[in-house]
Amino acid sequence: MTVIYNREDKIFRGVVTGGALTSLIVLGLIGVFLFMRGAQIFGDKGIQFITGTNWTAGSGDGVIPDDFSIGAMLVGTIVVSLIALVIAVPLAIGGALYLEFYAPRRIRRTLVTLLDLAASIPSLIFGLWGIEIFTGFGERWAVLINNWLGFIPIFSVEFDNFGRSPFIAGCVLGSLIIPITTSVAREVYSRTPRDLVDTCYALGGNKWGALRAVVIPYGKSGVIGGAMLGLGRALGETVAVYLLLNLVFRYNFRILESEGGNVASLIATKFGEATEYELNALVAAGFVLFLLTLVVNMTATTIVQRSTPRA
Amino acid sequence: MSNTSTTVSATANETTAFAGLETRGAHAWFGKHHALRDISLTFPARTVTGIIGPSGCGKSTFIRLLNRMHEFIPGAAMAGSVLLHGNDIYEPTVDAAEVRLKVGMVFQKPNPFPAMTIRENVLSGIKLAHLKRPNHDDIVENCLTRAGLWKEVKDRLGASGGSLSGGQQQRLCIARSLAVEPEVLLMDEPCSALDPGSTLRIEETIKELAEKITVIIVTHNMQQASRVSDYCAFFLTDGGPGYLVEADSTRKIFTNPSDPRTADYVQGKFG
Amino acid sequence: MSSETAATVEPQTPWSTPRAIRIRTTSVVALSAAFAVVVVLFTGVAGIDGWAITFMGLSIVVVLARTSRAGSKERKDALMRVIITSAAVTAFAPWLSIFGSVILKGYLGIRPNFFSQDMRTTTPDDFLEFGGALHAIVGSLLMVLIASAITLPLGILSGVYLTEVRGRLTFLVRFVVQSMSGVPSIVAGLFIYTTWVTATESFSAFAGALALAVLMLPTVARTAEEVLKLVPEDLRAAGYALGARQWRTAFMVVIPTVRSGLTTAAILGVARVIGETAPLLLTSLSNSALRFHPFDGPIASLPTYVFGYLQIGTEYAIARAWTGSLVLLAIVFVLFTLARRFGGKDKR
Repeated sequence: MTVIYNREDKIFRGVVTGGALTSLIVLGLIGVFLFMRGAQIFGDKGIQFITGTNWTAGSGDGVIPDDFSIGAMLVGTIVVSLIALVIAVPLAIGGALYLEFYAPRRIRRTLVTLLDLAASIPSLIFGLWGIEIFTGFGERWAVLINNWLGFIPIFSVEFDNFGRSPFIAGCVLGSLIIPITTSVAREVYSRTPRDLVDTCYALGGNKWGALRAVVIPYGKSGVIGGAMLGLGRALGETVAVYLLLNLVFRYNFRILESEGGNVASLIATKFGEATEYELNALVAAGFVLFLLTLVVNMTATTIVQRSTPRA
Repeated sequence: MSNTSTTVSATANETTAFAGLETRGAHAWFGKHHALRDISLTFPARTVTGIIGPSGCGKSTFIRLLNRMHEFIPGAAMAGSVLLHGNDIYEPTVDAAEVRLKVGMVFQKPNPFPAMTIRENVLSGIKLAHLKRPNHDDIVENCLTRAGLWKEVKDRLGASGGSLSGGQQQRLCIARSLAVEPEVLLMDEPCSALDPGSTLRIEETIKELAEKITVIIVTHNMQQASRVSDYCAFFLTDGGPGYLVEADSTRKIFTNPSDPRTADYVQGKFG
Repeated sequence: MSSETAATVEPQTPWSTPRAIRIRTTSVVALSAAFAVVVVLFTGVAGIDGWAITFMGLSIVVVLARTSRAGSKERKDALMRVIITSAAVTAFAPWLSIFGSVILKGYLGIRPNFFSQDMRTTTPDDFLEFGGALHAIVGSLLMVLIASAITLPLGILSGVYLTEVRGRLTFLVRFVVQSMSGVPSIVAGLFIYTTWVTATESFSAFAGALALAVLMLPTVARTAEEVLKLVPEDLRAAGYALGARQWRTAFMVVIPTVRSGLTTAAILGVARVIGETAPLLLTSLSNSALRFHPFDGPIASLPTYVFGYLQIGTEYAIARAWTGSLVLLAIVFVLFTLARRFGGKDKR
């Protein structure tokens, strides 16, 4: 009887373990298949694939050769994501501190629900809102920034066209990642031991004193983790950037200029009319993006897990 | 009956005439829950008063009333008055932070600020309250000495507060409270998380502190109350709000209490 | 008798801000808001954003003025209160703007025909009385159902592994699930394109569903773990004590007690992917006709519907995109509410 008992449980454990390992297998397969499909490009272009800026489909007869590289798009990805982070992180910290320590109790629950809802708005709708509503505001701000700070190279422009710029795309991406960053930050802040906050008050401190002495240092690594989760989302965002940014294959650090792009939106843009070889190049680009986001997300996961010991 | 018995003040005896802290008809609520009923007590300056009683009788709530920490609990309410040098600390014009500077507090579990060094921990109150005090080095040495920790940590003031043992951490917390020069120090079961050795060290510290300041200590431990306190107040609850049964000199409470329930409690018959 | 004396005492909160001060604060805030309106009307500062920035600036000035005689401690506290509140308002503003604009611009197209017709015989520029998004709604439902059918068992197994079996790979599995939730959606689309679509030489609803499943799995697995963790240990012990084997305990005792929690996991997974656009652009494409076949050819979905009409860019096309967004958002919120309803059930 004990034998049967063991065998049944062994099967059970085997099946469950198999199911649990699906994630691992899928993650591995993504890497393997994308790499295999992209290998030809990596072989042809080498390091040039990620440093070059050209994305030219050849004429097919060899007069104009194929030339695919994603340097400009990688720079664009990072520029847009950094803008998003610079905007989102301070606002998310402010939002999280407000929800945990300032919001009147009556409206707090409503706001937290709203935060959860916001985290589930599809990025497509952020893109739609960005292009139809936000661009009007964004362009006005861009003109102002350019007027006052135009002497700083990143705020200068070549052409007086302020729409569809990394700045505007970055602002919308920022709004997109505020919910996730805010809710991670709120989560860590809410775990600050009540005792420590009380001690600050008992020592004659006030609310800001308690926040600065205890809450903010306590939540620091959690907030960094939350920001990196947001960064991961921003790096891989497709449709919002596709809708909000002029795809131009050139290194661009002038954030108000109407040109840019990112790897994900490159794939979406070129996919429909790509030749077989160009498709391989797009898959190779996807592989690079996959690695980039994987590293960022694994770092974020490690930080968040370390800062939130499981009870 | 309760009205007369609760106004029995510890000042009835002995010589210390100057009242440091006093409550008159103090009540406390959490929302609808009436937690504490009609407490009138006097704490003479430079003495140690032990607050004893079974759990749930409102001891902690009571001492949190004394430095206006009670109001941080959502839904909290109170009635009556708490007088520090004869002035009600619940007057609308009084700044609660100022009250808390004069009436310090040490918590049940040692809780040094984790992101700060030992030195920074001691000085944290000065920073939090924006006090202007010269000679920070002297303050650190003085407070740590009074808390009985100076000799052990003087060579590693830059170490994290969390690197100390539990007993040392609690003494660091005492030093931290002393740095803002309180006149009264409230202690909420400060030794309940500590081993017997550390407990004895803290008790010695408490006795030394009482040479300069007034100490009010909540404790579950009868022996501790009899060892450190000059006066004792016995709280009880019958399921309703907690109330004061009697308050007197520690010797009297432990040898010849007026109320039979006190006698039962100090002899360990319930609690 | 002592209770009689107590009964006459009323609870008070002497620490709460006196009414006079509250009224004063409110009127100062209202005055600054009104003054900001004046600034917007008579100076170059424009728009609701200009008003908000003026208002925040004014609040800071007012706070500095009112705390000028107080110590630096009070000044910093008051200043940070204004700054943190402003940051929170700014953080919440985009979502409110999104909710508002989607409702205001989307409701025009909410008509019976939107839910009963496809776009086979309608051009994008036809009036909103003609054509609809039935094909897109059906396509989305079809793909989401297939994706759920794939991920739900796998997600539950993963959760069971992490909470019941607790094998040597627990840490790794948890870590991988977390990292996988960060895979960009376009990469999931590319993956299915290079495998399934290339192999079958056909875009299809099933391909789209596979891509969505990749994105859905981490959410379902993680929620399932959270839910199973709530099962009290003694319930398992009771199962073992009755002589039940581990698998029986898991399937007969543990999983049934958290049935509604697992429903939550599924719902949250669906909510996570229902609005995904990028992977569908590479796997299911879109279509203007109502179709039900999961394996045969391109199929429409709500996200690609919105995306497509937004690309066309004419007045009525964009109106259709807004209406599609409203439906999408409504579905997400309904799912979300359901998840909360179910999620609350198992928690005791």
